[in-house]
Amino acid sequence: MGVAVSIEQVVKCFGSLRALDGVSLEIAEGEFFGLLGPNGAGKTTLISCLAGLVRPDQGKLSVMGCDVRGDYRAARRQLGVVPQELVFDPFFSVRETLRIQSGYFGIRHNDDWIDEILHNLDLTSKANVNMRRLSGGMKRRVLVAQALVHKPPVIVLDEPTAGVDVELRQGLWQFVQRLNREGHTVILTTHYLEEAETLCGRIAMLKQGRVVALDTTSNLLARFAGHTLNVRLANDACLPPALRARATQSDGYSIFRLAGFDEIEPLLAAIRVAGCTIDDLRLTQADLEDVFVGVMQGVKVSEVVQ
Amino acid sequence: MSGLRTLLYKEVLRFWKVGFQTVAAPVMTALLYLLIFSHVLDGEVQVNSVRYAAFLIPGLVMMSVLQNAFANTSSSLIQSKVMGSVVFILLPPITYVEFYFAYVGAAMLRGLMVGAGVLAATAWFAPLTFVAPVWILVFAIIGGGIMGSLGMIAGIWADKFDQLSGFQNFLIMPLTMLSGVFYSIHSLPPFWQRLSHFNPVFYMIDGFRYGFFGVSDAAPAVSLAVVAASFIVVALTTLAMLRSGYKLRY
Ligand SMILES: Nc1ncnc2c1ncn2[C@@H]1O[C@H](COP(=O)(O)OP(=O)(O)OP(=O)(O)O)[C@@H](O)[C@H]1O
Ligand SMILES: [Mg+2]
Repeated sequence: MGVAVSIEQVVKCFGSLRALDGVSLEIAEGEFFGLLGPNGAGKTTLISCLAGLVRPDQGKLSVMGCDVRGDYRAARRQLGVVPQELVFDPFFSVRETLRIQSGYFGIRHNDDWIDEILHNLDLTSKANVNMRRLSGGMKRRVLVAQALVHKPPVIVLDEPTAGVDVELRQGLWQFVQRLNREGHTVILTTHYLEEAETLCGRIAMLKQGRVVALDTTSNLLARFAGHTLNVRLANDACLPPALRARATQSDGYSIFRLAGFDEIEPLLAAIRVAGCTIDDLRLTQADLEDVFVGVMQGVKVSEVVQ
Repeated sequence: MSGLRTLLYKEVLRFWKVGFQTVAAPVMTALLYLLIFSHVLDGEVQVNSVRYAAFLIPGLVMMSVLQNAFANTSSSLIQSKVMGSVVFILLPPITYVEFYFAYVGAAMLRGLMVGAGVLAATAWFAPLTFVAPVWILVFAIIGGGIMGSLGMIAGIWADKFDQLSGFQNFLIMPLTMLSGVFYSIHSLPPFWQRLSHFNPVFYMIDGFRYGFFGVSDAAPAVSLAVVAASFIVVALTTLAMLRSGYKLRY
């Protein structure tokens, strides 16, 4: 498998703000890659650098081996970007929009593929409707369609499901997963972490313009999360200090991170010995959200140390 | 080349879909100018031995060509920048040269369409001659190219609609109004006459009018040279701007 996207030491400043502070990533062909991070982390800026919309101050980027700057025409042909902002051209119908977008890539007579995209995004009945008359979610679907007209080997989706209803979300993911199975590389940013967890094989987390975690999704889940035992005590009783120190508090529950299931019994025994009665008890599998929160907090600590 | 073709097609479709506003309305405006000015001045004024109404018509035609060429590129660009839809033309593999020719081509086309419309609507009001039709066409095309390019510069530079109308009101309007659309500069006091010779729009109108009547304020070859040189300067400036990605690619 070749390299689909290579990003080397990319720096981008807006005034005094370092939006990207030395980002390096390599994404292989056929990957379903997640790019996560809080608002303002630099995800969109990174994608824009890849698409040539933003010019980095330092660093190199390439798509399918084509340099984004030096060989920009080839690089852009390899890339389909769904922008984060809900933008549209009010003069045209859905089909006109897609035909025009095909033409920009030098493709004429693209109607078969356009029809297929429309069908998969459930837009067939809107094909001849003016863009202005579409609802927000439908406009977002057209944005997805526009990114796919030239069958790009690398598809970048910048929060494609914001404001999209459940049904389409599922339809969209089925479609994108199919494209991924057929060999397209997919890069996804989203704030819906359960989406990223189920879809992405590998994930990078960005914070303040830096990559703070980069691993396969399963490794990230295993490394940071494991399981937690959530305990609520009867009568609002308090745990003894030694136990309290091991837990984090949330909503009246004390949450214990478990390295393994063998920790459960001693923990429950300790609570009983302390004379507390358990009111409610839950065993949960930590998810990507826990990992995300953990990583983001972890970085804060290490920054203080630096 | 197909990127250029599609972009040109899109730009033409864009103004054609609102043709009432972009083509019919300017024709109407020019017709009103003609009715009012020729009503007041026709019969009393003659310019270079041409009846005033006849003198005025080529001026109005050329003014419409220029204003609409400017309006087309500038409004298209500022709109797609403000709406954000400019990404659709920044993401594909379109070169800056294709970008330039597609936009300016569509601007010229709109300018020429409006110009032809104004001519067809006003020609009934005075006897016109077409002494040198090639000159008419050449000046209209290059004039449209200059204004289309200026519209690109303005549309790319402006971040908001009011900055664009500033550009229009304080640069384009004075240049066109003070160019001899409505009068011969020979009727001006010497100072203003000399000043007019620094206005490239004066040469556009004067050369264009020469094509109709075979008489003009400046020698037509001089006008052509000035207009062609202006076009080259403006085109190179626009191309350099596009190449640098100024205000389009951050
Ligand atoms: N054109 C610009 N001019 C100035 N600052 C910018 C520009 N674009 C982005 N920024 C800044 O760069 C930082 C990163 O922004 P970016 O849009 O990449 O974040 P993001 O990770 O995509 O966030 P979100 O999840 O909200 O979409 C932010 O602080 C933002 O304010
Ligand atoms: Mg973003």
